Amino acid sequence: MEHFQTYIRAFIVASCLLVATTATAVFVEDRLSDPVQEQRARDIAEGIRCLVCQNQSIMDSNADLAKDLRSIVRERVQAGDTDDEVRQYLVSRYGDWVLLNPPFKLGTVILWVGPLVLFVGGGFAMIALLRRKNITNTVPKDLSPLSAEEQAELALLFDPVGEDKK
Amino acid sequence: MKIRFLAPLLTFSAIAVVMAYALFYLDPSEIPSELVNKPAPEFKLEPVPGHEPGLETANLKGGKITLLNVFASWCVACLAEHPTLMELKKSGNVEIYGLNYKDKPAAAAQWLARNGDPYSRTGMDLKGRVGIDFGVYGVPETFIMSAEGKILDKIIGPITEKDLNTRILPLINGPTS
Repeated sequence: MEHFQTYIRAFIVASCLLVATTATAVFVEDRLSDPVQEQRARDIAEGIRCLVCQNQSIMDSNADLAKDLRSIVRERVQAGDTDDEVRQYLVSRYGDWVLLNPPFKLGTVILWVGPLVLFVGGGFAMIALLRRKNITNTVPKDLSPLSAEEQAELALLFDPVGEDKK
Repeated sequence: MKIRFLAPLLTFSAIAVVMAYALFYLDPSEIPSELVNKPAPEFKLEPVPGHEPGLETANLKGGKITLLNVFASWCVACLAEHPTLMELKKSGNVEIYGLNYKDKPAAAAQWLARNGDPYSRTGMDLKGRVGIDFGVYGVPETFIMSAEGKILDKIIGPITEKDLNTRILPLINGPTS
């Protein structure tokens, strides 16, 4: 019973920690007065890569550049840009790299289609392989019975030292 | 038929080669510049006090190849490349302009006084907006500008001996030499 309580306690602590780490940090140095615009700016910022810390969005990073980029996103939103226009503003300066979701175009075809092709192709290859194995494993019907010689050889294989006969 | 036994080995080798290439020849911290071959963005900046004149887009279209070096007094790596810039200035082959990125004017002036000033023009980008227009994401960065003010190349991080010899000097001296 005591052990059980310890486990429960450990579980509660662990889940609290999990919640704490998955909650996104929000940097609100200069939030917009219009909550709808602010939310839009944050949603856009979530998809912009921080160039200094690379695999964080600018929303999650407290790098100086991320801070500047956040305020640029807010500024563009306030100026009436659409989401795509804001993204384009940053892409024209930093390239597609700045988007956490790479766009679908000629240079990124392998990235987007590659896994699907591998998955489907691998599936077909697997099916083909299993089918062929199945065919070779089935016993042909016109098989003639073993000759006396073959029988002897088989017996020898099963019982090399002749123990069964003793 | 025997080649089928080699299939796993060949697959492994192919993956290993790709990974070795990525590990030793690609640098994930170097982001390809979007702005190469594009004209410099429009800007006009006040000079670092005592290091006039100031810097604006028109200066980059002076009919000669120029270097635009992004620096800051708080930037440690800038010190590493500073002697290279001083040498370049001494050679007299190229004008170097300094974009002082997110710095305090007094600190920048002091830094230039202490370490030497290789720049024939300086501009203070106090808020870092010009830097962002140039796609700067770390200091130092050095842009090689064409005679018409187009960005020819961008060096991220301190200029190394290799950068100087393979990327900067060939552009300055022309393709013949």
